[in-house]
Amino acid sequence: MSGVGEGQDPVAAFRVEAADLLDGTEQALLDLTHDLGSRELIDTVFRGMHTLKGSGAMFGFDALAAFTHHCETAFDRVRKGLAPATQELVAVTLSAMDHMRALVEVQGQASGAGLAAAGIAAAGEAILAQLHAAIGDTAAPPPATTRDAATGNSDGGDAGEAQGGWRIAFRLPADAMANGTNPLILLDELRDLGEAEVVAQTGAIPPLDVLEAQECHLGWEVTLRGPATREAIEDVFIFVMDDMDLRLEPLTAAAPLAPPLPAAAQTPAETPAQTPADRPAQTPAQTLAETGPARAARATGESVRVPAERLDVLMDRVGELVIVQSRLAQLASGGINGPAGELALRSISEEVERLASELRDTTMVLRMVPIATLFGRFRRLVHDLARETGKVIELVTDGESTEIDKTVSERLADPIVHLIRNSCDHGLEPPEERVAAGKPAGGRLRLAAEQAGGEVLITIADDGRGIDRERVRAKAEANGLIQPGQVLADGELLQLIFQPGFSTAAQVTNLSGRGVGMDVVKRTIEALRGTIDVTSQPGRGSVMTLRIPLTLAIIEGLLVRVGEGKYVIPLAAVEECIELSLEDDIRSRGRSMIQLREQLVPFLRLRELFDTGTRPDAFQKIVVIATGGERVGLVVDQIIGSHQTVIKSMSCLHRGIPSFSGATILGDGGVALILDVVQLVALGQQQEERLRAAG
Amino acid sequence: MSTILTVDDSSSIRMAIRIALSGAGHTVQEAGDGVQGLASAGNAKFDLIITDLNMPNMNGLEMIREIRKLPVQAGTPIIFLTTESDEGLKQQARAAGATGWLVKPFEPENLLRVVRKVLGQ
Repeated sequence: MSGVGEGQDPVAAFRVEAADLLDGTEQALLDLTHDLGSRELIDTVFRGMHTLKGSGAMFGFDALAAFTHHCETAFDRVRKGLAPATQELVAVTLSAMDHMRALVEVQGQASGAGLAAAGIAAAGEAILAQLHAAIGDTAAPPPATTRDAATGNSDGGDAGEAQGGWRIAFRLPADAMANGTNPLILLDELRDLGEAEVVAQTGAIPPLDVLEAQECHLGWEVTLRGPATREAIEDVFIFVMDDMDLRLEPLTAAAPLAPPLPAAAQTPAETPAQTPADRPAQTPAQTLAETGPARAARATGESVRVPAERLDVLMDRVGELVIVQSRLAQLASGGINGPAGELALRSISEEVERLASELRDTTMVLRMVPIATLFGRFRRLVHDLARETGKVIELVTDGESTEIDKTVSERLADPIVHLIRNSCDHGLEPPEERVAAGKPAGGRLRLAAEQAGGEVLITIADDGRGIDRERVRAKAEANGLIQPGQVLADGELLQLIFQPGFSTAAQVTNLSGRGVGMDVVKRTIEALRGTIDVTSQPGRGSVMTLRIPLTLAIIEGLLVRVGEGKYVIPLAAVEECIELSLEDDIRSRGRSMIQLREQLVPFLRLRELFDTGTRPDAFQKIVVIATGGERVGLVVDQIIGSHQTVIKSMSCLHRGIPSFSGATILGDGGVALILDVVQLVALGQQQEERLRAAG
Repeated sequence: MSTILTVDDSSSIRMAIRIALSGAGHTVQEAGDGVQGLASAGNAKFDLIITDLNMPNMNGLEMIREIRKLPVQAGTPIIFLTTESDEGLKQQARAAGATGWLVKPFEPENLLRVVRKVLGQ
């Protein structure tokens, strides 16, 4: 996998990684609730915490690293069999995961967020107290590993500095060279410290027939003159210090030569020189690590992970484009002569068209992520909801590999959370009620995704009690959404739950909120140019179906002309095109309804709606569009054809205009506005109601 | 300059290492766990290998032991990343054949110091 958008900023990369780690660890924790004994899951949780701590500390997420350290320690104990994995431990670790998410967030904010940070710290301590209780570890928490712990601790040793220099005698372990230590480099480092005289000791070299070429049997005596400190010399040997023989003596005029070292690198503890136990606790590598925290800028740019092979495909296309470009340049410089030249030009044009469409598809795919990442979040939600409501809920997912635009996926999270909450809170019954109704005690929530053409279909289905029509009707009447006794088709009745301010919950609960919800859900889905439909069977459950376009950036459109302006109608919404003859036009004046296979469909004259001030063409067309079962006809002057539409958003001055969802640039450089299908259908329905009321 | 293999399951750590080392003119190859690391080490001679210890699929210790059996990497220095809390692991890593270590969290200049030290540049 390689990163697109994370660029060269490891901190941004860490944020992405931390989110993934937290998600992965959370999944493992949820699995652990079903299988507390699984070593593999415990290892996964431990490793997730370990990496999070290590990388967090690396990039300045000190609070995160310190907090995660406790969780890591807890799972380390479980891993080593010192403590059992219990449901309590998993539950408190799950809340710890939320806390870690908050810590990742907080670290990115400006330092002004001190108050919030203080609140978070208090919450963290409460969680840690629970954690220590769950693991049966009443002792004071061990100090967290952060940068701070690596500093200090630099006691100078005994003979800090020798005036004249040092006499150094050393012998490396026999396997030092095989393990990557190069004695020449060590000697060079000593030479860097001062004027050095090096004498090799060959006494310990074994006879040739038992000599292993890779083994190191030489010893060295170095007389180093200069002001080097003991630490500086020991620093040279930091990586081999514990396994080698090293003797250091200050150089004094009268000092006798150090006695030759015994050849026994295998028994370093017997030598009177420093043994590992004598060494100060500080390891030299800590000295290496202790400089002040230099934090990279904490940009919170969005990023997408892209499998490398997709980038390869993109690269191939770009390569082809470069080739075509050079063909075109060659043709342009040679001049387009005669039919052969024109043929060449046409072939290039065709090639560019093919490449443009392939590039578009490949580039769009770069933004696609499997919906599994979105669905993964809901496992935790359902787990929590089941605990809160005391219901037994089984979550089944399907089609997790379905891919969807990353932005779309993120914007879908909140609406789907709301729909799941609704199902768990209102739809699914408590176990005793289910058993009384002859159903299994456990409720079932099914979350499925599939791709259908240019759309992704997401369904949230429960096998609960279904939507109570009578309550919906009563509520709608009470809120004045419908007239008392008004006749409504079943679908229309159910659609009422998406009206602003509508809520059937008899009492406001924690889960379902305060009646803000379904209308917001609907608006969010429509903002993604999607639709939401609901079906429900009493006693059998409800199904919410979301239809979401695969991408936000490009749509297939139908290009039409109204007066002198050109407009794009999203092709996905177009059902059919019919002709509006002059007689029909005149006959339907004042009614604006057309008979379409035994059904009356209202239509809007866009020429009048947009006030073009032009006369209608002799052969006007009606484009019939539909959303969510409602149909409306749009009268246009001319249908130009289908058009690949790259959507540009409207300027902030024009954003409030309801009939248009955006604009696009046409091949001739002109601008076409994109019609907002949902709004126009609503407008058509209103017109129909007005007419109905009037006559 | 040198060709260096970095093995870590944390992509952000790998990125930090890559940026620091390529900034100093080294060529860096990345691997995401011990299995990938061992495969890379079997394919090409590296001047230095930097590895994490705690990784999925094959941990760093096992990988170091296996790399030490590869003739192509004879004498290749291997630096492992460690936290102070894994003092026991440190002993095991050296016994497995590691050349040196770097304590996490580390600053880029310390990484470069250790690399210079081991490569003798």
